[in-house]
Amino acid sequence: MTKVRVAGAGMTPFGSHPERTTRDLFAEAGTRALDDAGVDRGDVEAVHYGNFMGALSEHQGHQGPLAAEALGVQAPATRYESACASSGVALRQAVRDVRNGEADVLVVGGAERMTNLATAESTEVLAIAADELYEVRAGVTFPGAYAMMAAAYFEQFGGSREDLAHVAVKNHANAVGNHHAQYQREITVEEVLDSPAVADPLHLYDACPITDGASAVVLVSEDYAEDNGLDAGVAITGTGQGGDRMALQDREDAATSPAATAAAEEAYGDAGVTSDDVDVAEVHDCFTIAEVLALESLGFFETGEGVTAAREGVTTRDGDLPVNLSGGLKAKGHPVGATGTSQVAELTKLLRGDHVNSEHVPDARVGVAHNAGGTVASAVVHVLEEVGE
Amino acid sequence: MTDTSEERVRDAGFDDLLDALAEGDGYYLACANGHGSLPPRRVCPECGSTDLDEEPLPETGEVATYTQVHVPAPSFADDAPYVTAVVDFGPVRLTGQVLADYEDVEIGTEVAPTVGETETNGERLVRFELR
Ligand SMILES: [Zn+2]
Repeated sequence: MTKVRVAGAGMTPFGSHPERTTRDLFAEAGTRALDDAGVDRGDVEAVHYGNFMGALSEHQGHQGPLAAEALGVQAPATRYESACASSGVALRQAVRDVRNGEADVLVVGGAERMTNLATAESTEVLAIAADELYEVRAGVTFPGAYAMMAAAYFEQFGGSREDLAHVAVKNHANAVGNHHAQYQREITVEEVLDSPAVADPLHLYDACPITDGASAVVLVSEDYAEDNGLDAGVAITGTGQGGDRMALQDREDAATSPAATAAAEEAYGDAGVTSDDVDVAEVHDCFTIAEVLALESLGFFETGEGVTAAREGVTTRDGDLPVNLSGGLKAKGHPVGATGTSQVAELTKLLRGDHVNSEHVPDARVGVAHNAGGTVASAVVHVLEEVGE
Repeated sequence: MTDTSEERVRDAGFDDLLDALAEGDGYYLACANGHGSLPPRRVCPECGSTDLDEEPLPETGEVATYTQVHVPAPSFADDAPYVTAVVDFGPVRLTGQVLADYEDVEIGTEVAPTVGETETNGERLVRFELR
């Protein structure tokens, strides 16, 4: 089986760029990734591209070929849609293609344009990741669905709004120096608690923002990296994907995310590591409660014990297991289709040592990325490892 | 983006269930192995059985989890704030709006299903009344 290296990573600034099209955003991120990799555009064999809402937000379907064209790559291109896990799923397919010997050089990424819609419209569009008949028509919003997961978690395992607030405070603190991040400022627990309610018990500062942005990574085979003298010191050694029933009502338990547990078990097994080996993680914190569920699914905490991780300093940048050193979806931003590969771009830089927060994980060798779609009916986990020198 | 009820084409299975709930004759689909599911459904999502029969939905269920939505989609603009819950009926769970104040609902609260219309544009939806 061919081994997979991340040769380059690139992102746009995440934030509010309502006038920028996804094609323009992706062209910037992809160009940065190719430049970072030192890979010639002509060597790219395919583009795997994640996007969730482009058909509704900018009336643009069939975005794969458009993304490749914008990047100046003449190769087949496919758009992947798995809600917020769109580019994570695209990445998994690309990893498998390189492993199978189908390709030596692939560009994988995603882009999303969201702030061109009014908040109410984007709320409506984001809700299409839920079950239209049984959830959306009953008035379930995306924050509302996660709020019901939080309520179920509190009921079963305890925990408080204040515990969750520490997740937001941590991730904002991590984003301060990240020039890609939407919110490069600190917040306090009091600000989170006092922010307006969105869907009880979640308030505005428990939620990630609406974000425009793009991300891309260049995946190459180990042979291609060696033959071309690339400085590609990070490998993707594990990939896993899990699935679950679409609607929250069709799951046994709203307080856990078994699809992510399955994805993590597969990815760890694939890489030959355990959760104990992980030095740094980027997880899908679309809401503060989502980070808690992710930590438990990834095996860092027992079920019901992850809620105090940020408050107790375990997952802060100086803790034993720094989580979301990028700022996470919460502070870095969540351009839905771009999020999965942005997590991998951030981890690649963290492991290479050229991330603004690399100083907090100087000895990190193993990183894990957790990308979830909807209320975790889709979950993708990847293991990244620094290749020994 | 927001359909009006005049324009909406019926969704086979789903709208039939709403018709039945409105008459107080709610049902779910049961496979030979005892798994419950909701229409439209040809195959049991748990075991793959295609032998599905309609069974009466229990008259009441218990709130499994709930929230109060303050920031709605445009199609619920005039309804907010409103309480939404997943209600456990045993073989199946059903999501809907609870006709009660947030303070009067908790996990375990007993409710009965019905069908109402949204304030915003008169769309049908599943509702729950306190028992
Ligand atoms: Zn069955």
